[in-house]
Amino acid sequence: MSARCLLALLLSGPVIAAVADSDVTVIGSATAHTLVAASDVTVIRGATVHTLAAAGTLEDATIIVRGGRIERVGRGLAVPAGATVIDVAGKVVTPGLFDAYGRLGAEEIGAAESTVDIGAKNLPYSAAFNVADAIDPRATRIEVNRIEGVTRALVAPEAEPDASGIAPVIAGQAAIIHLGDGFEPVVRSPAGFVFTYGEAGAASSGGARGAALLRLRELLDDARDYARHKADYDQGNRRSYAATRLDLEAIQPLLGGKVPLLAQVHRASDILAILRVAREYGLKAVIVGGAEAWRVAGDLARSGTPVIIDVYDNLPDRFETLGATLANAARLDAAGVAVAFATTDYQNPRNMRQLAGNAVAHGMRYEAALAAITAVPARIYGLAASCGTLEPGKAADLVVWDGDPLETSTAAERVFVAGKSLPMRSRQTLLRDRYRQLGGPLPPAYTKP
Amino acid sequence: MSGIHVASATCALAAACVLLGGCAAQATQATAAVAPAPTAASAPAPAPLPPPFASTYRAMPATDTLIRNATVLTGTGARLERADVLLVGGRIAAIGPDLTAPAGAAVVDGTGKWVTPGIIDVHSHLGVYPSPGIKATSDGNEATAPNTAEVWAEHSVWPQDPGFAAALAGGVTSLSILPGSANLFGGRSVTVKNVPARTVQDMKFPGAPYGLKIACGENPKRVYGEGRKTAPSTRMGSLAGFRTGFIEARKYLDEQAKYERERATKPDAVPPKRELKNETLAGVLKGEIIVHNHCYRADEMVQMIDLGREFGFRIGTFHHAVEAYKIADILAREHICAAMWADWWGFKLEAFDGIRENIAMVDAAGACAIVHSDSEVGIQRLNQEAGKAMAAGRRMGYELRPEHAIEWLTRNPATALGVADRTGTLEPGKMADVVVWNRDPFSVYARAEKVYVDGALAFDLDDPARQPVSDFALGMTEAGGAR
Repeated sequence: MSARCLLALLLSGPVIAAVADSDVTVIGSATAHTLVAASDVTVIRGATVHTLAAAGTLEDATIIVRGGRIERVGRGLAVPAGATVIDVAGKVVTPGLFDAYGRLGAEEIGAAESTVDIGAKNLPYSAAFNVADAIDPRATRIEVNRIEGVTRALVAPEAEPDASGIAPVIAGQAAIIHLGDGFEPVVRSPAGFVFTYGEAGAASSGGARGAALLRLRELLDDARDYARHKADYDQGNRRSYAATRLDLEAIQPLLGGKVPLLAQVHRASDILAILRVAREYGLKAVIVGGAEAWRVAGDLARSGTPVIIDVYDNLPDRFETLGATLANAARLDAAGVAVAFATTDYQNPRNMRQLAGNAVAHGMRYEAALAAITAVPARIYGLAASCGTLEPGKAADLVVWDGDPLETSTAAERVFVAGKSLPMRSRQTLLRDRYRQLGGPLPPAYTKP
Repeated sequence: MSGIHVASATCALAAACVLLGGCAAQATQATAAVAPAPTAASAPAPAPLPPPFASTYRAMPATDTLIRNATVLTGTGARLERADVLLVGGRIAAIGPDLTAPAGAAVVDGTGKWVTPGIIDVHSHLGVYPSPGIKATSDGNEATAPNTAEVWAEHSVWPQDPGFAAALAGGVTSLSILPGSANLFGGRSVTVKNVPARTVQDMKFPGAPYGLKIACGENPKRVYGEGRKTAPSTRMGSLAGFRTGFIEARKYLDEQAKYERERATKPDAVPPKRELKNETLAGVLKGEIIVHNHCYRADEMVQMIDLGREFGFRIGTFHHAVEAYKIADILAREHICAAMWADWWGFKLEAFDGIRENIAMVDAAGACAIVHSDSEVGIQRLNQEAGKAMAAGRRMGYELRPEHAIEWLTRNPATALGVADRTGTLEPGKMADVVVWNRDPFSVYARAEKVYVDGALAFDLDDPARQPVSDFALGMTEAGGAR
C-alpha cells in the first residue's frame, strides 16, 4: 500500500478502496472529517453534478480539478495519472454557495460593537468607505458558514445614522470574498455601492424619500462634474461639492457602469424610482430586498436589472412591503428577471439553500432556485468567468452534498475552495463534541480537540 | 348599601382566590360565567366574579371529517401508515385503519399525505409586535420599568395582525404570545387558538393557565443600565431585581393570609390593597402561573433554577436556551422544558455558543425539547426548523425518527403551556387540532394542505374561501385583494 493510501486509511472513515493498477489514491466519501491535502490533481467522481451551465445536471459524473481550477466535467472521463480520486457515488455536487448580500467577516457579533465594521457613526465619508480592509477571514461566522458550503460572499456596508438620524447617502463599497484559508480573502473590491432607499433611506435623510434621492442625485452630479474638472478642483477653482474628494474619486466606477448600485428597496414605486435614476446616470442597478419586485417584473426584465431577495419576506411588516409574497421568486424568474437569494439572518447565509427550497415549494423552477445561490450572484457581480458554475477554467469552488442540497435533511460532506478541501470543523463542531457526553469525572473544560 | 356589599364581596373573593389557590378566575384563562345575584333574604355572600377578560372562544362550525389512508404521526411517539383519522364534534374520535365515516362527514383522501397534531408555538409576539411594525403598533415591551409583572400581553394583542393567518398556513393551531424581553418581569403571556377573531378574548384558549415572562441576560441590562442608567445594569443587578420582586410578592401573599385570618374574628378587617404586579407574582409563588424564562447561557439558567428554589417556584420553560445542551442533564432532572431555535446564534455574545445539535442533545438527555420561533417569519415553517434539528441530531449519531421529532412541535409545547390534556397529540377525546400535509412535514417542500382547529377547517390550501384575511390585509395585500 502506498504512503498516501496509508495516510488516507488513518485519516478517513471505513471505506477505502486501493486501486491496484495505478498510483492513484482513492478515498471513500464516508467521512466528512478527512482532510485532503491540496493535490495538484483531484478527481471527484460518481456524483450527480449540477453544473449550472450548458452541460446541465450530469449523473455519475467526473470532475477533474487541477491547480485549483476545474479542468473538465463530464461522464466517463479518464482519471489522470497521479490524481487523488475521491469517490462520491450517490452524492450530489454543486458549485459553492454564494452569499449574495451579507456581512461575513465584517460583523462577528451584531450586539458587540467592537466586532462590527460595516458602518460608523458620524462618518464624514460615503462612497469612499470600504469594508474590504476590515474583513477577518478567520472570523467564527465565516468558519461556521463555510463548512456548510458557502464559498463566496458579498460583504456589504450599512450606513449608520448619527444622533439626529442622518446617515451618509451611500453606505460605502461592498467587497467580495472567498471563504478559503489564508489572509487574502478579497477577490473584488469595489463590488458595489450600497444605497438605501425606501423607508430606511428616507429616515436616514431626514424622513422623506425625496430627500434621499436628492442627496443621491447631488452626489452623482458632483461626481460627474468632478471627473471633468479635476485639475480645477485640485487648484481650488471649482464650485464646492456635496462630497469629499475621496468620495468623488471612489464613486467614478459607478458612473461608468462598471460597478453596480446596490439599492436596498422594496416597494414597487420605489424600485421604479431607482430604475429611473439608473437610466438617467447610466448606472447598473441591482435591487436588494425587492419584496414587491414582482409587481414591476417587466421593467426589471427589460432593463436587465437583477434582484436579490429574501425568499421568506411575505408579510406586510412595513408599508413598503405590502405586496410581499412567497411567490415573488417564482414570478420574477418566470418574467425573465435574474434572481439571487440572500437571507437577512446575517449570521446564517448557510441557510440560503433552505430559502431556495422554499422558493421551489412556492413555484420556482429547481434549476433557477439553485442558480439563485450559486451562478446568478456570480453573474450579478461580474465574476461569472471565475466562479458560480462547474465549468472548465473556473475556480474549483464546489460542495459534495449527501442529498438534495435544498432539503432540510441534507448536509455538506466536503467543501472545496479553489480546489482545496476545507477541514470540516468549526467552533460549533468543537462545542458539540465537548458536550456530547455529560457527567464525566472531569469538567468539560478538559475536553479539547 | 349594595355598593358596599359588592365591594367587600369583591375583596373577599379576591382574598379567597389568593389563599385557596386553584382559583380559576385569577390564574387561568377561564371562560365567562354568569354570576348569580345575591338575594336580599340570604346573608351577604360573595358573588362569584366573572374572571377578568374571560375567554369567549367558540370553535368555528365543524363538519365531522374522516381523513383516509395517510401517514399519521400522533405526537405520542407512534407512526401509522395508511391510517385514518376521524374528527367528530370538534374532537379526535378515532385513529386507525379502515374507519367508517359517519353520515354527512367530509372525507379527505390522505393518500400520500401526512397527518400531525397542529403545531404549537410557545414563543410568539404576533399581535403585540404585529405587521405593520410601526410605533403605533409596537406593544410588546412595556419598557418603562424592569418589573412590569402587572401587564398582560393579551391587552396588547391586535387580532388583525396578518401574521396569524400566515402562521395558520404553516400549520400552527395554538400559540403563546408573550411580552418581550426588555424587562426582568415582562408580564403575563396568553395562550390562544390560532383562529381569526374580532377580539383577543375570542382567541383565548379556554382554561389555559397564564404564564409569566421573565428575562435574564443581556437585554434588560442593555435597556435599563445602558439605555437609561438605571438598574439593572449588570447580571447581578438583574438577580437582585428578581429576588426583590419575589420578596415583595411573598409579603403580599402574607398580608392576604393575615387578612384572611383576621376576617374570621374581625368583620371590619381591611383587606390589603389589590396590586396587579404582586397578584401575578403571587400566582407564580402559588404554582398557578407558569414561568417562561428567556435565558441563553447555561450558567444563568442554573442561577434562575436556584432563584426558583429560594422562593419555592419552578421554572416551566427556558426560552431560547441557546446553551441548553451544556446542561441538558440538569434540565432533564428538573423537568424544565427548553424552547429553542434550530440554528439561530451569534447575534449577541450570550448566543455565540449556539449549535445545530442543541435541540437533539436536550432531547437525547431526556429533557423536554421544544422548537419555537420568536418570529413572525419563523413561525410559518417550524416544521422545517424541526427537520433541520432532527437531521443534525441524526448526523451526530442519535436515532431520531419523525414520529418522535414531531413531539418537539406538538406534545412538548402543549405540556409547557399546561394544555397537554386537551391538545398537542392525536388521541381520542382531544381537541381536533390537526394538520394534513402534502408530504413529510419535515421537508423543505412540505405545505400544510388543511389545518383544523377544534375540528373546523380553518385553512385550506386549495380553497380561497378557507384562507382568512385580516382586516388590515383586506385591500392591502395580494391575498386581501389589493388591486
